[in-house]
Amino acid sequence: MATVTFTANLQRHVACPSVEAVGQTVREILESVFRDNEQVRSYVLDDQGALRKHMNIFVDGEPIRDRTSLGDIVGANAEVFIMQALSGG
Amino acid sequence: MNKRAFVATRKGLFELSRAGDKKTGEWQITQASFLGDNVTLFMHDPRSGSLYAALDHGHFGVKLHRSLDEGKTWAECTTPKYPERPEGTPDEICEMSGKAIPWSLKLIWALAPGGADEPGVLWCGTVPGGLFRSVDHGATWELIRSLWDEPSRKNWFGGGLDYPGIHSICVHPENPSHITIGISCGGVWVTEDGGSSWKCRAKGMFATYMPPDRNDDGDIQDPHCVVQCLKSPATFWAQHHNGVFRSTDGCENWQEISAASPSTFGFAVAVHPKDPDTAWLVPAIKDEKRIPVDGQVVVSRTRDGGKTFEVLRNGLPQHHAYDITFRHALDIDETGSALMFGSTTGSLWYSDDQGDNWQTITSHLPPVHCVRFA
Repeated sequence: MATVTFTANLQRHVACPSVEAVGQTVREILESVFRDNEQVRSYVLDDQGALRKHMNIFVDGEPIRDRTSLGDIVGANAEVFIMQALSGG
Repeated sequence: MNKRAFVATRKGLFELSRAGDKKTGEWQITQASFLGDNVTLFMHDPRSGSLYAALDHGHFGVKLHRSLDEGKTWAECTTPKYPERPEGTPDEICEMSGKAIPWSLKLIWALAPGGADEPGVLWCGTVPGGLFRSVDHGATWELIRSLWDEPSRKNWFGGGLDYPGIHSICVHPENPSHITIGISCGGVWVTEDGGSSWKCRAKGMFATYMPPDRNDDGDIQDPHCVVQCLKSPATFWAQHHNGVFRSTDGCENWQEISAASPSTFGFAVAVHPKDPDTAWLVPAIKDEKRIPVDGQVVVSRTRDGGKTFEVLRNGLPQHHAYDITFRHALDIDETGSALMFGSTTGSLWYSDDQGDNWQTITSHLPPVHCVRFA
């Protein structure tokens, strides 16, 4: 099980406590999270399903590379952090 | 006379009410919502009493919220969603910017209720140029494909923004299938069949920011704001990037109103709801500076269809004032007597005598995007 943690700044807009999720890719992990918390989807992904421009996802400390399809591999016990990107200022 | 108004700002939505007598009482901020968040637009639905607020969270995207209890509580409703771009479709490259136009919501830039006999219908104009309709008070939205698929959309481009956008939606007061929209920069478009088909109606507008042989093209015009007279719905006023224009024949033809003073540049325009010849502008020095002329905040009013203008300044700052009023930040009430406008530097002014005299409500708001009586 991977552990998914959201930036505290997002908690102000929508409840998103840390959760455990199952999946082999970032996309699968996120879909697993959204199944129980659909509202958070549009805060992390845009309306085309890509990672929002000013968001970042780190898997075990490394930023993901595939921001569109979210195909980066997630290990069995990975730590997934959903963060704001500094590009947003 | 209105006793309530809402001001959407860079850092929250503020409700204003009149203390004591609703006609003469002092305006006060009585409620603040979304403090710290960028509220880009506000709409009051007179049919249901519902309030709508569009937010742009930056990192977390654009959202739409609705209140059913006068703004005491808000709930997120569905945000318009662009459909997936069909696989294999080539990028739509904007001719002016060279950038691909995304099929993705960037900003909610216009909200309007449908007709009185269409209780759930809402219209939503967006950047990058999609128009959406809801038939269920914003629970679901549908992109109006007839406009999105209009071939001349490839000529539209962003004026000041990266992508084109719909900022004005005028629903005909007697026929809600007759809708007029303003696009920066894409001209003025009209449907008379509820959105099934569209025509560009910008004849008479001109664009000096284009090469001379394209000055008169309709689909590259930059109307900053388009408003319709409710009592005389064939009359429209437009504050355009290159001047002020009026149409008296349902946008078939536009006439330049060159007498507007002290300048013909600005963003906002309001028309009297019952008198099509009376309109107000908040002028500024044209595009390369965007500050009030001589550092004086003024409102320009015509009562004769634009032949002459009065420059109204009583009660407005006249010394080193650099307030700019954006397109949604001027409103007129249903009587045509009261006006309120806000500025980029957080000032808010009110007049109950058609602009002859102004009172400062506050000078300390965040930058103002939108002012609406409700």
